[in-house]
Amino acid sequence: MAGERRDRQGRPVVAITGMGVVTSLGIGKADNWAAIMAGKSGLSTIKRFPLDGLKTTVAGTIDFIPAEPFCAAELTERLAHVAVEEALAEAAIGRKGYFPGPLFLAMPPVETEWEQREAVLAAGPTAEPVTYATLLAGAATGKFRAWGERFLFGSVADHVAERFGTQGSPITLSTACASGASAIQLGVEAIRRGETRAALCVGTDATVNLESLVRFSLLSALSTANEPPEEASKPFSKNRDGFVMAEGAAALVLEDYDAAIARGARILGIVEGVGELADSFHRTRASPDGKPVIGCIRNALADASVGPEAIDHVNAHGTGTPENDKMEYNSMNAVFGDLLKALPVSSNKSMVGHTLSAAGAIETVFSILTMVNSRIPPTINYKVPDPAIPLDVVPNVARDAEVARVLSNSFGFGGQNVCLVLAREPA
Amino acid sequence: MPDRREAWITGIGLVSSLGEGLEAHYTALTSGAGPTVDETRFAPYPVHPMAPLDLDKQIPKRGDQRQMEPWQRYGTYTAGLALESAGIKGNTEILSRTHMIVAAGGGERDNSVDIKILDGLRTAESKGRFLNDRLMGDLRPTLFLAQLSNLLAGNISIVHGVVGSSRTFMGEEASGVDAVRIALSRLIGGTGDIFLVGGAFNAEREDMLLLFELGGALLHGAYAPVWERAARGGGLALGSMAAFLVLEEKAHALARGAKPFARLAAVQSGRSRRNAGDVAASISGHLDALGPLDPASSAILSGAVGTETATSEERAALAGRGLPVRATASLIGAGIESQFPANVALAAIALSKGALFAPFGSDAIEAPFTGPLRQMAVTSVGHWRGEAAALVEAVD
Repeated sequence: MAGERRDRQGRPVVAITGMGVVTSLGIGKADNWAAIMAGKSGLSTIKRFPLDGLKTTVAGTIDFIPAEPFCAAELTERLAHVAVEEALAEAAIGRKGYFPGPLFLAMPPVETEWEQREAVLAAGPTAEPVTYATLLAGAATGKFRAWGERFLFGSVADHVAERFGTQGSPITLSTACASGASAIQLGVEAIRRGETRAALCVGTDATVNLESLVRFSLLSALSTANEPPEEASKPFSKNRDGFVMAEGAAALVLEDYDAAIARGARILGIVEGVGELADSFHRTRASPDGKPVIGCIRNALADASVGPEAIDHVNAHGTGTPENDKMEYNSMNAVFGDLLKALPVSSNKSMVGHTLSAAGAIETVFSILTMVNSRIPPTINYKVPDPAIPLDVVPNVARDAEVARVLSNSFGFGGQNVCLVLAREPA
Repeated sequence: MPDRREAWITGIGLVSSLGEGLEAHYTALTSGAGPTVDETRFAPYPVHPMAPLDLDKQIPKRGDQRQMEPWQRYGTYTAGLALESAGIKGNTEILSRTHMIVAAGGGERDNSVDIKILDGLRTAESKGRFLNDRLMGDLRPTLFLAQLSNLLAGNISIVHGVVGSSRTFMGEEASGVDAVRIALSRLIGGTGDIFLVGGAFNAEREDMLLLFELGGALLHGAYAPVWERAARGGGLALGSMAAFLVLEEKAHALARGAKPFARLAAVQSGRSRRNAGDVAASISGHLDALGPLDPASSAILSGAVGTETATSEERAALAGRGLPVRATASLIGAGIESQFPANVALAAIALSKGALFAPFGSDAIEAPFTGPLRQMAVTSVGHWRGEAAALVEAVD
């Protein structure tokens, strides 16, 4: 076929033709990008539940999108719908209720929450003492059938598939905080294999509920620098003290480049390379020698057929935990060597917090916007540099720069590592 | 031109209420002895309890065992069995490039803490304060790690050193199908030569029963085979199980002298809306896509789990195909994410023996079959979503 474009390894080229995003900074790319360029924080004191006795009271919640019944599963789905709608409108692909490809949706594990448990218990017999049998008897009344579907893991992707008409069996995935990047990876692979010419990749997460906060808090993973809340997330700073939980979603339409050009689509960027490598060191901690992360970055570069010198900017995982940021720096240092001194590395999480299962997808959107707008997002709250992490973190203020290629890092509990190499079009 | 790439099943790990390993399952399923069901422990819900396992054999460090809850122990244990069966356990060179896809549900909650908190909430003066205090005080920090769905894969990486890649799919039965489907696609597409794929499910959990009872999906009262539940409205009898497969490219397997149990030739999956007739049409379509099967040497291993009207529709679709059918959920129960990996494992076991399992129950769809077994279609009809069929074949 004339004009057929293949990558350096002879594979179909994967283009991004539509993007949607929602974070605590707002709905849509325009509002989010404006806020990010202004170095604004979306983090605030939690209003969703009482804070008595909690060590952490700051998060990046999304309180401007209704969800009923209010629970993580429902809001996670609402955010996905908002992001997908924006992405599909931009891509102008398919038609209303029909998307010509599969859905890969990254989301957190969800479950019935306390409010629902209380309601189910109240529907059961009034026997004393309360036992699990009482709760099960409440469920057996059949009054909660809708909740039964709501809390099945497959229901979010199922509803998104139903509404937007994606093809085939929708895939829901979780690779912890690398999930969003894994969703993109699955889409890239399906297009490269020639199984489809388009894929809808989504990362969505709305798990700022009491119990999730407590669980992360008990692992000492969260910042306790609650006041002022907008300064709690301090990636790469010496005084960083943990990540800040946040909510958000992003959706990307991936397409076979030739198919996108043939239908006259605007190419926003290219996913050139994807790397992954699991870590067998520990359930929550990365290998201190950084080997799996170093290997993961190298795998992504190799998949893109580029060397480290081709990277103009790193959109870091940069959670703001003492351990991650140090390990991420060391790993980048091993891969980039002297190049790292002149390589701008910033963390979007300084502004939007850690959107967990959505982070990899959201940061891909911001990486593409960085290249399209020739402007690099800042790492805000960078007041106390860490001498052990001598990075150009684009401190506090966005910066004009021509950026042709971005490395986006995502790492998660359970030894999950995924890196993406994203390129401008034309590169 | 090189031969077309082929996916061989060179390793199988399988544990359920019927026991541990290939021989235990083959014997149980050919003897016609029937299931192991506990109808009293979680009454009114019948449950197939996990057979006793000597966890130390595959998870030698007690510290690792302590960091897991049962579903993760079952899965990590069974992944070890699969690696051992493939002859690659401890082979760091191969494990470093073994890709893993795990189908997982949610992990265990601490049910006694939950009940204590729910009890207290009924009378607490300040519910918010009470809940905060109790959660901060009563939740075990490490329990979070037993709950996160991707931590089964994480534990397999830690205990067995499988690190080529690690992906976890969620979403009930369909996630097990798609885990196997994506592994097969990647293997055939050449982005990996060896994959570990599977799942684990602990049925003996009240929090899991609660999830499915909310949606009215559970069988109440006495156990019955899946084909014989329609008159009672159908329902799941949950079964503890774990199943892992090592999928390996033929040339890779030949090069290291590994023997196949069977070949995984195709996996077709989709999502219907579950309007009347959808399941029948969908399953028929997926089976048609696998190509014709010779009635003299082929059978259908049905993934029917007993929910209505899905199981009745599947039965109607299968009845017209002139092939013997075996519904394994009658014997091992409903293992949700693990169901399909377990059924592919069972098909591979039967094919490696060249003989089909005995019919079970009184439904005529489980016709006797004495022929040599060469091909099996394995169906999956999720209890609420997802339909699929796979083709598993004997290797000469």
